[in-house]
Amino acid sequence: MDIFLQQIINGLVQGSVYALVALGYTMVYGILGLINFAHGEVVMAGAMLALSALTALISWGVAPLLALPVSLILAMAGCMLLGFGIERIAYRPLRHAPRLAPLITAIGVSIVLQNLAMMIWGRDYHAFPQLIKNQPHYVGGAIINDIQIIIVIMAVVIMAGLMIVVHRTSLGRAMRAVAENQHAAQLMGVDVNRVISITFMLGSALAAVAGLMVSANYGLAHYYMGFLLGLKAFTAAVLGGIGNLRGAMLGGLLLGLIESLGAGYIGPLTNGFMGSQYQDVFAFFVLIAVLVFRPSGLLGERLAERA
Amino acid sequence: MSKPATLLELSCVGKQFGGLSALKDVSLHIKRGEIYGLIGPNGAGKTTLFNIITGLYQLSSGEFNFNGDSYQTTKSHLLAQAGIARTFQNIRLFSHLTALENVMIGRHAKTHAGVFGALLRNKTTRSEELDSTNRARDLLRYVGISKPSQTLAKNLSYGEQRRLEIARALATEPLLLALDEPAAGMNATETESLKALLQNIRATGITVMLIEHDVKLIMGLCDRVAVLDYGKKIAEGVPDEVRQNPAVIAAYLGAEDE
Repeated sequence: MDIFLQQIINGLVQGSVYALVALGYTMVYGILGLINFAHGEVVMAGAMLALSALTALISWGVAPLLALPVSLILAMAGCMLLGFGIERIAYRPLRHAPRLAPLITAIGVSIVLQNLAMMIWGRDYHAFPQLIKNQPHYVGGAIINDIQIIIVIMAVVIMAGLMIVVHRTSLGRAMRAVAENQHAAQLMGVDVNRVISITFMLGSALAAVAGLMVSANYGLAHYYMGFLLGLKAFTAAVLGGIGNLRGAMLGGLLLGLIESLGAGYIGPLTNGFMGSQYQDVFAFFVLIAVLVFRPSGLLGERLAERA
Repeated sequence: MSKPATLLELSCVGKQFGGLSALKDVSLHIKRGEIYGLIGPNGAGKTTLFNIITGLYQLSSGEFNFNGDSYQTTKSHLLAQAGIARTFQNIRLFSHLTALENVMIGRHAKTHAGVFGALLRNKTTRSEELDSTNRARDLLRYVGISKPSQTLAKNLSYGEQRRLEIARALATEPLLLALDEPAAGMNATETESLKALLQNIRATGITVMLIEHDVKLIMGLCDRVAVLDYGKKIAEGVPDEVRQNPAVIAAYLGAEDE
């Protein structure tokens, strides 16, 4: 088996998920200058909602191939509502407060959501039902299965769609205008609050998709799964240049690859002293390195231009 | 809806910042279709007044009527939709958007496509976008921007950026166009063509209100002029009257006002 190719494939799959989640961070940051630390919990909520919907649908005898898209749509709708609510309740009242206030609120929201999820779904790991025959394919000595192929394709399609929305539609134009200058946008008749709500809802919909992807890929969902995933996706957004959509996509894919190659090769490189359980460390090495050497990220614009 | 002859009416408007009164008991009315000038030394409260009528500031006291409706607390996007559009003293374009997109933002409130329209790109949305694009192109031509419409706003020349701000404001289809020092930094030729543009705009039925330091431009362009000094209106009338008003001369020539 070709380890290198296998790690590349794993990295791309994981990176696609990071990219989708990182987009949520970066969209909100771009428009509000706020790091929405509760975003990881929205991913978790997406996974849990999808899981509950799937279980219910299957028990009613709905065909798996129909149940999957329906539960995805339900999870997306649920997360959009959640994202809307979070902004409305926790961030909007603090829109003009010093920057530290909404940051702390974000952490608070994150803890509240985790605990709510624990109350609703319990502390246990939930097995994600195996719905499609997850056929493995052999590519040049490496394995890629159906779910992984679907994850990558869906991520690419969704990201392309998002780019079209942001760069080709009146909604996207309004989003970019609000990101650049809220006052001026408002004076041109743009309803800034509405644009901000929509931004949160779009990011949350992407988070729901990512949540379903992760739990389908690993076959597990858990009330705490959003925490680490959220931090890593945030790292990906910073790596690409937070506030920059292309940066979030690039950062997500790169982080996925770095992690997976790192995990694959750290054993041989350290003579077995460190194993692949150190996988998570790579993400945070990357975060520190970026913050020290290139705080604006790979594709980031100079922040001064935004102020 | 009946249309009163007075488009904008301010009665006894005051604005306090902490202990400082930026505006005190200012009353003025602007008639439909006129070009109204607002002059005064620096710090006289002109921009504060603009910020009030465009909803950036809330008034501390007094009354504010626009097009027959009274406004107490104001939201910028609602005033914009009611028909007030403005430009800024220091240019505030969306510099990372193209010239065309800047103007199209001005038309944002006139389009009705929601999130799903934007996502699904149905027929209504597409024709609305096309219509919006065409209108925006026309406006760019109208204000005299010859560079390609896909040029980023930050790459336009200073004079063109000023014109682009006017085009963007016009795109909101305003009843009142409020211009904060539109000629600032322009040379004589540019100022002349700005004057022609503003006369043109008025001829289409849009009421124009402007703050300006270029006295020659004000006198040659405005139907009526108001003078503010230390937050109070000290004179109002046709340009020739105002020019000879002793209070105005004192405010401008009096010592430490610069």
